[in-house]
Amino acid sequence: MTNQIIQAILLGGYYALLACGLSFMFSIMKIINLAHGSLLVLSAYMFWLLADNYGISPFYGIFIIVPIMMFVGWGLQVFLLQKSAKAGELLPILTTFGLAIVIENLLFQQFGADTRSLAPYIGDLSWASWEIYEDIYVGKTSVYILIAAIIILGGLHLFMKKTALGRQIRATAHDPETAGLVGVNARKASVIAVALAMGTVAVSGLALGIRGVFNAYSGGPQLLFAFEATIIGGAASLWGTLIGGIILALAQTIGANIHPQGFLIGGHAIFFTVLFIRIFLSKGGMSRRIKSVLGISR
Amino acid sequence: MSKWSKSVYIERWTPSSRRAVIIAGLIILTLAFAPLFASNGVLDRLTALFVYVILAAMWNALAGYGGLISVGQQAFFGLGAYFTIRIAHLGLDPFIAVALSAIVVGIISYPISLIMLRLRGGEFAIGMWVIASIIHLLVNLDGLIQGETGISLISLNQYEADTRLTTIYLLALFTMTSLLVMLFLVLRSRVGSAIEAIRDNEDAASSIGVNPEKTKRLLFVLAAFGIGAAGAIWLTTATSFQPKTYFSVQWTAYMIFMVLVGGIGRFEGPILGALLFFLVETWFSSSGVWYLIGLGAIAIIFSLFLPKGLWGELERRFNWQFLPIGYRVEPKNNKLE
Repeated sequence: MTNQIIQAILLGGYYALLACGLSFMFSIMKIINLAHGSLLVLSAYMFWLLADNYGISPFYGIFIIVPIMMFVGWGLQVFLLQKSAKAGELLPILTTFGLAIVIENLLFQQFGADTRSLAPYIGDLSWASWEIYEDIYVGKTSVYILIAAIIILGGLHLFMKKTALGRQIRATAHDPETAGLVGVNARKASVIAVALAMGTVAVSGLALGIRGVFNAYSGGPQLLFAFEATIIGGAASLWGTLIGGIILALAQTIGANIHPQGFLIGGHAIFFTVLFIRIFLSKGGMSRRIKSVLGISR
Repeated sequence: MSKWSKSVYIERWTPSSRRAVIIAGLIILTLAFAPLFASNGVLDRLTALFVYVILAAMWNALAGYGGLISVGQQAFFGLGAYFTIRIAHLGLDPFIAVALSAIVVGIISYPISLIMLRLRGGEFAIGMWVIASIIHLLVNLDGLIQGETGISLISLNQYEADTRLTTIYLLALFTMTSLLVMLFLVLRSRVGSAIEAIRDNEDAASSIGVNPEKTKRLLFVLAAFGIGAAGAIWLTTATSFQPKTYFSVQWTAYMIFMVLVGGIGRFEGPILGALLFFLVETWFSSSGVWYLIGLGAIAIIFSLFLPKGLWGELERRFNWQFLPIGYRVEPKNNKLE
């Protein structure tokens, strides 16, 4: 039992890492990037290529793939999002969905149906674990992923709060035109925001690859996990994302205990429960409802 | 006001739109008699085309008029097929099962709309994908379906091959026509003006007393019902139900492709889009993965450079409007008096 909770928290760290780029882009750009999962799988394949062809360990690969993905983020913003966002908030959904289809199928074309993993390229780390208590083991990679999630979430949080660039990005997110009036280059701020989000996507791709296997079509489920963690944690806050990820993982673990196919159902169920509660709360406020039920409202 | 209203009048029909409606009626009449002269192969392909038209028109009803982009409409497509299997399993005629199944899907979509319509923009889009995913998982739990192995609609075998094909064809034609007429009437009605007002500016629309919630719900349920019917008809042509193929996000990709290329928010757009998709599929679907890459790339290009689609472009260039759902204010000329 305790063991399962601990494993769920570690899995939650992975979901938080997945969600980080999605929720960052959503909170800044107000764009939900439907290609998030596919871009993540794309970076996992890039790590795999580096390791398989050139023998570069995925951990050194970070220094190559993160910049590449940030560059991809620049391209994404300049060539796709900037133009489609101008035509309203609905168009970027369609554009990024089209992009997801293109990326997925190109990956399938290139790499076929075989599943890949980065685990063979990280030596004995892939099965190494710590015994934290009697008979309770935690995989080292899972712990590192949770730590990475905390560092990235915290780093983004500090960057947005403390640096001039972060303030410019927040100002742009709030009101691009007014930000422009006071001398913020809104275009530049947006490009940097997307590039940062894609940097975190690269790290999530690494996490996906070392935790297990992936294929060209793994992007869809990753997108759903990221989205659910974001919504459960509250779309606007980065720390909420971590909580959201952990709640999602706990619900999946409970689901898996109830029924062999219950893992995903459990996750979806908690997602809808949270949505439902939020709707209930927003409808005239919880306290008033309770009062009216008890008959003490004026 | 009175002076002004004397000098103009409101027109809903134009000579060209009258002609267009007559031609559309003639086309549908010809199609209805097609089983008398067309080969089985042609009827089978046309059935697929009708299903595509339904999918495109229903997705457009939601996205183009309701401003609700969903990437989870495969939920209703799969459910339509699933309930057909379930109802036919009770011993009912498979074609009656198709009709009942679509109604059940419509009913189920109502409670779903209560939660989902609270989400906006991209949240609604992926939220619907989660809906599709959970419905797929729940359907897999049904022992009758045998997980991803699936099951066939065996009771169709009680019909001889020719009768079966013709019945499916006519059923698809009838469903497509009535859904299009239904959508047309909804859009022409008072509700339709409300829908277009919401599409153009939701805040402004609600400030003049339009209830966006109610109209969006109507579109959501209509789209679910139509797509459920499409899934049920598709099952009768394919006979076997494998959850994975019916709940695949690819169906949504097709819908988006058809509507974006044809023209989002136009009544005629999705019909044109479905025709083009049908041709593209006939010619290129054998090229497998590249075909899908091409569809995605074309969708991106249209959303960036031609967001109103081909029909929107034709409408703008030639001032075409075949199926009049709007109001035109025309100056009165007093020749008659």
